[in-house]
Amino acid sequence: MSEHEVTATVDGTTETATVEARRLLVHALREDWGYTQPNVGCESGKCGACTVELDGEIVKSCCVLAVQADGAEITTIGGIEGPPEGLAETDETAPESGGDADFGPIQRSFHEEHGLQCGYCTPGMVLRSRDLLADNPDPDREEIREGLKGNVCRCTGYENVIDAVEAAAAKLEPIETDGGTTESTGAGNDPTAGGGD
Amino acid sequence: MFPPRFDYERPGSLDAALAALADEGAIPLAGGHDLIPLLKARERDPETVVDLSGLVALRGVERVAVDDVDGPVERLSIGALTTDADLLDAEPAGVDALLDATAAVGDAQIRNRGTVGGNLAAAHPASDIPAATVAADATLHLAGPDGDRTVPAEAFATGDHETVREGDELLTRISVPLDPDAGGAYARETHPSTGYAAVGVAARLRVVDGAVTDPRVAAVGLRDAPVRLAAVERELDGADAGTPVDSVADAAARAGESVDEPVREDHVVSADQRRTLLPTCAEDAVAEAVARAVGREGVVA
Repeated sequence: MSEHEVTATVDGTTETATVEARRLLVHALREDWGYTQPNVGCESGKCGACTVELDGEIVKSCCVLAVQADGAEITTIGGIEGPPEGLAETDETAPESGGDADFGPIQRSFHEEHGLQCGYCTPGMVLRSRDLLADNPDPDREEIREGLKGNVCRCTGYENVIDAVEAAAAKLEPIETDGGTTESTGAGNDPTAGGGD
Repeated sequence: MFPPRFDYERPGSLDAALAALADEGAIPLAGGHDLIPLLKARERDPETVVDLSGLVALRGVERVAVDDVDGPVERLSIGALTTDADLLDAEPAGVDALLDATAAVGDAQIRNRGTVGGNLAAAHPASDIPAATVAADATLHLAGPDGDRTVPAEAFATGDHETVREGDELLTRISVPLDPDAGGAYARETHPSTGYAAVGVAARLRVVDGAVTDPRVAAVGLRDAPVRLAAVERELDGADAGTPVDSVADAAARAGESVDEPVREDHVVSADQRRTLLPTCAEDAVAEAVARAVGREGVVA
């Protein structure tokens, strides 16, 4: 049965492995390359714990073959930086240094709103929340609930997760663009202000 | 859960893909959200998995003019490997029910990877997109070693994960008729744990001179393949679109008449539940389709 050499960029690092055709991307990430934040949950594409960005789109890495990711750019929760695409954090909510300062606004909101207990679903929840807010920076609770349909949490009962996404949305505002020049309206692009989601 | 061992090929052209699929024991892989779980469950044991992701020509959405007996007409041509998310982003006009159904598929991550053609070819009995293609009277284009052929959407799925596609054929595109004054919609009752539709209904119709015209209504989730709800269509045809509440409810109440036994029954939804949910889904879909069509009445191409 065929084996394939796979090279991918994971969180900015070039990784290579020789894998059986049947090897799933989540197993290559975790076992071949040591990126253990994408978790293996339901293994059938329902729970979203294995969510990663593959060439800019979030996917469930338990339903992608590792060989299909050859040449791809993969971002796990460990590799994200700054607020979601097109958004910047407002000055008022940017953290002071220390504590949670290394985390981005969505991760901090999950902490502040108790949007996690065991944390197993959190890498997927945060990646999907980023994606959701990039598409819809000001979602209502029903839109958040529907938007997180592909991410299962067995601890929180979801209410605190929805609170966290709402709180993150309140910290963020669309980046104003002027004549094609992107200008940050807040501290989101300030390297001293932290980042990380 | 791990898939069984298999060989993997990623052809770069349709001809190369068809050549690879000529081997018995080779199966095509599109978005993978049906096949990969089936592989893990060991319900499929292929010699070779033929990854179609290199067939970039089979992606994309475009309006095309086609010569009909009455002259040129417009259709929407959807490449079979267009992802659900890309179809939704394209927001093509004139295919309301298909967009509703595509938005209902899985979740955001699944729609980023899952494809329109893969959804149809997988032929899951509770899949949403097949209902919309039947209601829209879409035509499916297949390519195979003996050339191309077309199949009406209504004749494509024949059972649970069974279609008229031969193992050495590929679904290449979906062609949907466009009427500028048509309205469509898809409504479903989602099972909370599986995420699939317990029942889904797609409707498409026009309103001409205040009356419902050319209604097509199809349901998924009840039988192993989509069902045309002919009794609903008969009741709707010519109904007064000015008093849609009564006429739609009367038509929707007849939905069950077109569904033969046995209705699907599994550990998550009983046959009785599916029959009970059907009229509500039919009413929701038809009412929305009528509302959309009323808004477009008299629009000229």
